[in-house]
Formats: sequence, structure tokens, C-alpha cells
Amino acid sequence: MDFSHQLSQYLLSGLATGAIYALIGLGFAIIYNSTGIINFAQGEFVMLGGMFGVYFYEILKFPLAAALLLAVLCAAASGVIFERLAIRPLRRATPLGLVIITIGGSILVRGIAMLVWGKDTHALPTFSGDTPIALAGATLLPQHLWIFALTVLLIAVNKLFFQFTITGKALRACAVNRRAAGLVGIDVRRMTMFSFLLASGMGALAGIIVAPLTMTSYDVGIMLGLKGFCAAIIGGMSNGIGTVLGGLLLGVLESLGAGLISSGYKDAITFIILLLILFLRPQGLFSRGDSERV
Amino acid sequence: MKNRLIRMATLLLALVFAAGAAFAAEPIRIGALFSVTGPPSFLGEPERNTAQMVVDEINKAGGIKGRPIELIVYDTTGDPTKAVQLATKLIKDDKVVAIVGPSTTGETMAVKPVTEKEQIPLISCAAGSKITDPVNPWTFKTAQNDTLAVARIFESLQKRKLDKVAILTASDGFGASGREQLKNQAAKYGITLTVDDTFGPKDTDMTAQLTKIRGSEAQAIICWGTNPGPAVVAKNVRQLGIKLPLFMSHGVSSKKFIELAGEAAEGIILPSGHVIVADLLPATNPQKKALMTYVQEYKKRFGVEGDHFGGHAWDAVMLLKTALEQGADTPAAIRDQLEKISGFAGIGGVFSFSATDHAGLTKDAFVLVEIKNKDWVLVE
Repeated sequence: MDFSHQLSQYLLSGLATGAIYALIGLGFAIIYNSTGIINFAQGEFVMLGGMFGVYFYEILKFPLAAALLLAVLCAAASGVIFERLAIRPLRRATPLGLVIITIGGSILVRGIAMLVWGKDTHALPTFSGDTPIALAGATLLPQHLWIFALTVLLIAVNKLFFQFTITGKALRACAVNRRAAGLVGIDVRRMTMFSFLLASGMGALAGIIVAPLTMTSYDVGIMLGLKGFCAAIIGGMSNGIGTVLGGLLLGVLESLGAGLISSGYKDAITFIILLLILFLRPQGLFSRGDSERV
Repeated sequence: MKNRLIRMATLLLALVFAAGAAFAAEPIRIGALFSVTGPPSFLGEPERNTAQMVVDEINKAGGIKGRPIELIVYDTTGDPTKAVQLATKLIKDDKVVAIVGPSTTGETMAVKPVTEKEQIPLISCAAGSKITDPVNPWTFKTAQNDTLAVARIFESLQKRKLDKVAILTASDGFGASGREQLKNQAAKYGITLTVDDTFGPKDTDMTAQLTKIRGSEAQAIICWGTNPGPAVVAKNVRQLGIKLPLFMSHGVSSKKFIELAGEAAEGIILPSGHVIVADLLPATNPQKKALMTYVQEYKKRFGVEGDHFGGHAWDAVMLLKTALEQGADTPAAIRDQLEKISGFAGIGGVFSFSATDHAGLTKDAFVLVEIKNKDWVLVE
């Protein structure tokens, strides 16, 4: 096994992990851009996606596709309920207050999940088998292809949605200036709720497609949420390609770090990158100016 | 008037007798510290369930010499600071004569100085060998030392003539302790560790570490951790097409691991307590009776099969019962009786305590099992 094969394995593994971070990061970015708050409960929606998936598939014995669809719907509904109960009643609160509320909310969601589903770890079956695929000296699972495909699809849909639909444009308007958006007749509150719906749905989808590989339990949301947050920060909280590149970069650096330096520093690498970005380029690696958030 | 006096006197007498009877049947108070919630809840929950089940059974059978046992359980949530506070509470407020638990090595090491100072016997359910090494007069433990599990694996490697091994351990207490033992004992068995890598207990992808191992000269992989990390390792090994024999620790010897790792669990070899293979053991095995009773009773009451974590609590309470049955009811007497216990066939193994050994087990406490067709098979 020569070094180039090892390297390609590190890169591919990193890209696969990075795609997940990107999906979660996009959820952060969507909410940030339409409400100005960082929703630290985003990780919990990732967890909810996976856990609802397990619940519908393992316990209620739905067919896999139906279970996954229902799981995304349920998690998205939870996102809306979360916005209704935790964010909307406090519209007058400062952004900082709201951020802290999302942290509190995430602890609540995690606690409820623990009480309802217990503390066990669960796994979903892979979507299309476990036979590894060889690629440039490295191996991937079919599930990784699902992850890549869904990420690309979601980003494309996201882009089209924000560019070409009225709702998407309204969300972008809210991102630029909430007050002005309100003045021209955009229902800002509805847009806020909508952004939570989108973000939690996307988070849930990420939670579901990784569940066969990484497994899921009531507390997976914390770490995944933080990694997604890092991805969004690297990408300068952009709704599009910036966050995706941020996620992929993060995944690859983690994987290379674990392989070539030491696995003990894997999470440290993530957070060192986060700190460096926040110090040196708070607007994100790929962003040119402040107004370019969409 | 006189009549009333007699009646009063009778009543008084009756009261005194009733009080006397109550006094005779005063419960023996035993404390328990388990991490029923929190990260180590996979240990604490079955332990709490088991301890309560055993105590209920003892009480149903009339208690110990007519005195029922009162079990006072506190949840430490895996937090050593909390464990110490609760231990003090058990001793000062609840006036217990002995304490069962805590569930983890970290908590036990924190509680140990307290129970030693107050001279209350502590029977820990944690595995770390440093709990009873060096021996502390008031501290016992029921979980098998990781030393013994490591010895089992290395013996098997020796038999297979594999001497270059990669180790991949979790970066938590259990993994770190295993790593230390693996490194300490390797030389004794003529084994060199070619790769020594770790993974975070919550990590979701270990292909980077395994790619490194694949590129090394290792002839076998030993992975040390508790769920879900090792299940991810098993899946990643399969994904990378690594054909080396994969060994794991007793930390994953539960059906849950097979469920999580799925197909990837096939062929994995690990040391385990006897619980999971209770029905495969020959009838001559001294532990067979205790094991079968425990597994069945637990299943009847809690709907799932008893595991070896609960078994640690079973052993702790039953050892205590044995000491109490010898007439010991003060902390000091219980301690002395515990130290005299020999050949006690429990769930974790056959315990023989002495003044110099408060762990009481030999490496026979472990059997080597292989996962085949989603079930355990005895190796050798």
C-alpha cells in the first residue's frame, strides 16, 4: 500500500465527512441570513432526522423510503414548532438573547429525545448495500455516493430556490435588510418560520443519510452541530458554495490531520481552524465583502 | 377505673412489643452509587436494575436473618464530584453499612478516599485495575480488570503466531486504561505494537486511522472502546477491505454491538465475561447456575437480557449478602467477612478475595468469543 493510495483514501474520506458538515452548515447559514441569529439547535435537528428515521423504520416498520420522508417532515415540523415556541414569542429580544435561547432549546430537545427514545445508539441500514467501491486506490461505500449526490442536489435546489422563486427572493431580502423587507410588504415573521422549516429539514436529511454510517443517538447533535457551525464560519455564513467549500475543507483537513499527524488532534484541528478564521478572516475564506451573503 | 388502667397497661405493653419487633426487623441499609443517567448510563442503568432486583429477591425470601435490606440508590450521572457528595450523604445521612458502586473508574477513585476515611466498605462495579492495586482495606471491586482481558487477547495472538499488532483505542477512560495495559503487556508476549492510534468516543469516521494501519506492517488490529466507536471501526475496516483479524475489548460484548455493526461484526474476536455465552457453557462450569438464573430473572423483569454490566452489581450485592449472612452487620465486620470470601461463583467469575487481593478474579473470568452469524461462538 503506497503513500498515494493512503493519501487518496484520506482525501475521499475527508470529502465524504465534509459533505455532511456542509449540509449542516447550510442550515446555520439559512437561519443566520434570514433572522440574524445563530441557531445552535441546528445540530439537534440533525439528530432528530436520524432518530425519527430509526423510529419510523425500526419501530413502526415503515418501508425505508417512507420512513425517511416522514422523518424529514417530522423534523421540519419540529423546527417550525421550535421557532413558534422559542423564537417568535421573544421577537424583541437581542440577537444574543436569542442565540442563548437556541442553546437552551437544544438542551431541551436533546433531553426530550433521551426520554422518548432512550440512551441507546441506533443504526439505519445503508440505502444500497455494503459492498465497497474502489476508486483511485481508495474505497468508498455506496452510502458515501448517496451523501455526495444529495449534497449536490440540495445545493442546486437551494441555489435555484433563492435565485428564482418569490419566497427565495423574499428570504434574501430579509437577509439584506429586515426592516426594508418588512416595509415592502414581505411578511418577515413568516420568512423566519420558513427559514427554520428549511434549515431543520436540511439538517434532518443530513442526519438521515449519515445514520447508516455513523449511527445515531440522542446526543450526536452537539458535535455535528459544532462541525456544521465551523463549516458555515469558514464559508462566511453564505447560503451557497462558500459553506459547502468550508465543510469540504474542514472534512479533508480533519482526515489528513488524523491520518498524517495524530488522530488525537482531530477535533482540535477543527477548532483551531475556527479560531484562526474568526481572528484573521471573520468574513469567511471565500467571501469578498460584507454584502455578499447569499 | 381499674379496668381502664389494665387496658392502658396492655396497650402500652403491646406498643413496646410492637416497637421491639420493629426494632428486631430493622432493615440493613445499603447504599448504591450508579450513573443511571449521563454518558456511562449504559453501565449504571442495568446496574441499578440488577441491584434492585437482587435486593427485592432477598427481601421476598425473608431478608437476612429476618432483617430486610434497604437499598438506597443515588444517580451520580457519571460525575466524580457528584459521586463524592452522594457517598458522603449515604454515609452521614442514610447511615449505610456498605456502598455498592460507583459505575466508572474515575468516580470510584474519587469516592475511595471518602469511604476509606469513614471506614465503610466500598464494592465498586468499575473495571480499572488501579482501584484495587495497591490494595486498600476498604475497597473491593467486581468488574474484571482490563489486565485480564488484554492477557486473553495476547495469548490468542501468540497462539496464532501474530506478533505485529496495531492498536486503536478510544480517547476516554476505558480506552486509555486499555491502551496502557496493551502497551505494558505487549513485550511480555513478544508482541510489537506497530501503530498506536486513538479515536474520539463520539467520532463518526475512523478511516484515516485505519488507512494508516493498512499501510503498516500490522498483522492484526486491536480496537479498545465502548459503543458506538468500535462499531464505526468495524464498518470502516470492512469498507477499506482490510483483511487482518480484528480484536475488540469486552467493552462491546453485548448484542447491541452486533446490531450496530451489522455485517461488519462478523469474524470479530473479543474477550468477554460469561454472561453472553451462558447457554453455551458446559453444565460443569461453576458459574453456570448463577448465570442462567440472572439472565432469566432479568429478562423476566426488564424485558431485555441481562448483560455483564448488570452482572457487576449482581456480584457486588451477592458478595455483600454472603458477608451479611455470616453475621456481619457493622461496616468493619462486613469488611472482614468480604475478605474471607473464597470460591464465590458469580456473574463476572469465581471470586476469591484475600488481604492482598480485592479484585478476586483470574483470567478465567474471560472467555474468548467470536461473532458468527450475528451471535457469539466460543473460541478454542
